[in-house]
Amino acid sequence: MTGHESAKSPLKMYFAVWAALLMFTFITYKVAFIELGPFNAVVALVIATLKATLVALFFMHVWHAGERLIKVVVGGVVFFLLLLLTLTMADYLTRPWS
Amino acid sequence: MSMEIAIPQPVERENYLNKEYGALSWLLTTDHKRIALLYLVSITFFFFIGGFFALLIRLELLTPAGDLVQADTYNKLFTMHGMVMVFFFLIPSIPAVLGNFLVPMMIGAKDLAFPRINLLSWYLYIIGGALMLHCMLTGGVDTGWTFYTPFSTNFTNTKIVEAGIAIFIAGFSSILTGLNFVVTIHRMRAPGMTWSRLPLFIWAHYATSIIQLLGTPVIAITIVLVAAERALHLGIFDPKLGGDPLLFQHLFWFYSHPAVYIMILPSMGVVTEIIACFSRKRIFGYSFVAFSSIAIAVFGFLVWAHHMFVAGISVYSALVFSFLSYSVALPSAIKVFNWTATLYKGSIRYDAPMLYAFGFLGLFTIGGLTGLFLAALGIDVHVTDTYFVVAHFHYIMVGGAVMGYLGGMHFWWPKISGRLYPEGWARLAALIVFIGFNLTFFPQFILGYMGMPRRYYDYSHMPEFQVLHVLSTAGSTVLGVGYLLPMVYFLWSMRYGKPASDNPWNAAGLEWKTASPPPTFNFDEEPVVTWEAYNYEELDAPPHKQEVTVG
Ligand code: HEM
Ligand SMILES: [Cu+2]
Repeated sequence: MTGHESAKSPLKMYFAVWAALLMFTFITYKVAFIELGPFNAVVALVIATLKATLVALFFMHVWHAGERLIKVVVGGVVFFLLLLLTLTMADYLTRPWS
Repeated sequence: MSMEIAIPQPVERENYLNKEYGALSWLLTTDHKRIALLYLVSITFFFFIGGFFALLIRLELLTPAGDLVQADTYNKLFTMHGMVMVFFFLIPSIPAVLGNFLVPMMIGAKDLAFPRINLLSWYLYIIGGALMLHCMLTGGVDTGWTFYTPFSTNFTNTKIVEAGIAIFIAGFSSILTGLNFVVTIHRMRAPGMTWSRLPLFIWAHYATSIIQLLGTPVIAITIVLVAAERALHLGIFDPKLGGDPLLFQHLFWFYSHPAVYIMILPSMGVVTEIIACFSRKRIFGYSFVAFSSIAIAVFGFLVWAHHMFVAGISVYSALVFSFLSYSVALPSAIKVFNWTATLYKGSIRYDAPMLYAFGFLGLFTIGGLTGLFLAALGIDVHVTDTYFVVAHFHYIMVGGAVMGYLGGMHFWWPKISGRLYPEGWARLAALIVFIGFNLTFFPQFILGYMGMPRRYYDYSHMPEFQVLHVLSTAGSTVLGVGYLLPMVYFLWSMRYGKPASDNPWNAAGLEWKTASPPPTFNFDEEPVVTWEAYNYEELDAPPHKQEVTVG
């Protein structure tokens, strides 16, 4: 997409994203009542990640960011989040007693 | 002549201090220099509160029996000491005071990129600080500054939530400072101020800001989780509800280990400037020192579980974290070697800032090397939670970071206040701090190695520890005097000190090319940089002689 297209109707886009976020919240709520075993958490996390991505891309304007620096920043943040998750899981997954 | 001549009165130049007067001109200022001074006053206040708690701890430990305070009071004392010193003094100290004042000046900018956000960050700090004060006055917290679960979530009935909110808010002040520095350094450098010409103080603050931006949100959320778990029994940390108490430690240290680099990196930046100036040389290995700051910021995020070796993490991951902890020592060592190499064959002057820098070098090295002891799995099992650890982190945080902070305050005081501090007193104070510090904390290494546990108020089962404890307490009073002295003579010098010239140290760096104290927008004209950083050889070169040609 180019900057022009988004400039056409940013308001519409914001409302669409907002609606999507509300819908995801509703799905999370509904799914919580379905017994999926360990997959309850998985589904909730996947939906939460999708929502965070929508917020970052549209509300925080990462989608249209022309500048490389912004992409580097976003990539960096995601990288450090993954570090937190992998190194923490590296502990949980290698405990011989659990 | 009989004509009357109007003798020009020596008018004081307009500068950021005398431009406006009155409380509102300070409380609503967006001038980074004034905000730096607001921070200076506030963190000094908290430093003395934290110091007061430390003194009470030391007094309790003067005798083996727990006789001065009760056990739970003692728990609150070391908790409030740690929380105040870490979150309300040391983390904001150099960045929010010296960094705020100097980052724009050093890169030739008029102000930070977001002056109002800068003011907001101070207000957040004050709101967090006021909450913390309220929390302390109405009962305090007894978990240790580390908030460990399950004690913090399920057992203690002290003011966890309030302290948590206070730290949460102060955390955002730290994030905003970091954000401001990153954007300022990227966007507002003067023409000619390329990345490779930046003073290393700026590189250090850039690295610090990265950590503040990436790490602080994690501690903020972690504290929210603790509060939520207490209030709503969510089951994040409680095994009964499917949670895991160690998850708290993972999240806490993911921030709090990098946080020690938030405390030490700015100090390294300060010391770099001082060493270059007082040995009149370009810093040896400029790009190594610059990139080691970034390396520390990144690698600092990979070592956190060395705080959890005995907590029950998997041995395999303990091995990996032990190895990674060794690797983060490399960039720190690179810095120490480069500073030492800069001193080599320099024309060294022993003014007060340099004395602090020397203090930093020695004490940081001891702190760093004992950190390697602790990163070794076997030794850590022996000394975990003993006074060895207390000594180690005070060598880094007080011997390293606070020494650098004081050195920087002396170095830039003429610029900040427009006055010279009394050099003789300052050297004396530096000496007293150094002696008091070592007397306080060196015995703690021995105590810890012999088995004195941390966070105990009673050691009557081991009365032979008393000698070393008495030494330590005696040292802490010496140290206290050493910290009070600069406060007194800095205040004195604001009124009675000799007026400072623009560049009393004949130092390189843009901040010295403008008036002392600087005008509100720092420079009368936007500077254009055509020279490399630390061009001391050029500065000291004898003025060019006219070439005489024969013939
Ligand atoms: C910027 C300066 C300082 C910082 C950042 C700092 C930090 C800390 C921290 C984080 C703790 C651990 C608290 C806990 O166990 O929860 C602590 C404990 C302690 N500090 Fe400091 N401190 C500073 C200055 C001082 C000074 C100047 C003294 C000496 C008079 C001192 C004496 C102590 C003592 C005696 C303990 C108690 C150790 C224990 O019983 O576990 N600290 N400090
Ligand atoms: Cu650590």
